[in-house]
Amino acid sequence: MAHEETLPGGEAEQQHPIGLYLKIWGLLFILSTLSYLVDFFQLEGLLRWGLILIFMMLKAGLIVAVFMHMMWERFALIYLITLPPLAILVLVALMVLESNYVYLLRMVYLSGFG
Amino acid sequence: MGQTDTASVSSAPTSMGQMTSDWASDVEVFKGVSWGKSMMWIFLLSDTFVFGTFLTGYMTVRMSSTVPWPNASEVFSLNIAGTDMPLILIAIMTFVLISSSGTMAMAVNMGYQRRAKQAALFMMGTAVLGAMFVGMQMFEWSKLIHEGVRPWENPFGAAQFGSSFFMITGFHGLHVSIGVLYLSIVARKVWRGDYEKKGDYSIVEITGLYWHFVDLVWVFIFAFFYLW
Repeated sequence: MAHEETLPGGEAEQQHPIGLYLKIWGLLFILSTLSYLVDFFQLEGLLRWGLILIFMMLKAGLIVAVFMHMMWERFALIYLITLPPLAILVLVALMVLESNYVYLLRMVYLSGFG
Repeated sequence: MGQTDTASVSSAPTSMGQMTSDWASDVEVFKGVSWGKSMMWIFLLSDTFVFGTFLTGYMTVRMSSTVPWPNASEVFSLNIAGTDMPLILIAIMTFVLISSSGTMAMAVNMGYQRRAKQAALFMMGTAVLGAMFVGMQMFEWSKLIHEGVRPWENPFGAAQFGSSFFMITGFHGLHVSIGVLYLSIVARKVWRGDYEKKGDYSIVEITGLYWHFVDLVWVFIFAFFYLW
């Protein structure tokens, strides 16, 4: 029973080949090195932000999908965990507007009449 | 994905139809997932919001500050053999934490192979790497405090840098420390043979979920706080 799949799309035990874990481990090392090199070579502007975000998303995706076995779970669990954090993006959008407003106020009232 | 399903479970593996029938089936929703594992996932979901709002708060104070933000690349550089290496300690900490995630994955694998001793050893290895991470973070904190970085001021630029740094890395470091403790306790129980009788080693996977989450949070802190 131990090594049989009891349910489709989400067996009780997450047993996967060690080779896969080692490959992902290696990939995470490479991606971390690449994101460190972004800083080391002092890349600037859109290239810097773009690369940082791409390497970050790839690393996060690999950890969640393989190390945390999310890619082998059923949709009921996958959606429970992955959809709610998207609400944080709404908060981020609101706080970007708020920050720009506060910055503007500070520029007008703190530096103008100092 | 095997098609060995029974009548009680919808046939198509991982599909929208399966998800709706899981939630509407009036029995357990997370089929094939132990309660401990689903509870750990729900805890991690709540923790995601804690770190998500911390990082959003950091973004807000950084964007609204009229004083230039300190250059993390210079603040966190170390002088090694006469040359300034930018962010080198942070890079080493990142590699240590990723290595610990790798050993944790090995521990889960060994557990499900019923090789309890190996699983316990890999878990202890993970805990040691975690303790190394916390040690390097303590070094980093004392270095910055020595240089005059405080939650309310610092010699490099915007005052909010200190408060964001201590709050975010402090809370993450607390998570790593608790994780080291948690790993040690479970590793001891695994080594002792507490799960031998039932042969159920899902506890290793559940502990692993927490540990991988700590690594996951560091990925975001590394990108947004140190590299941005």
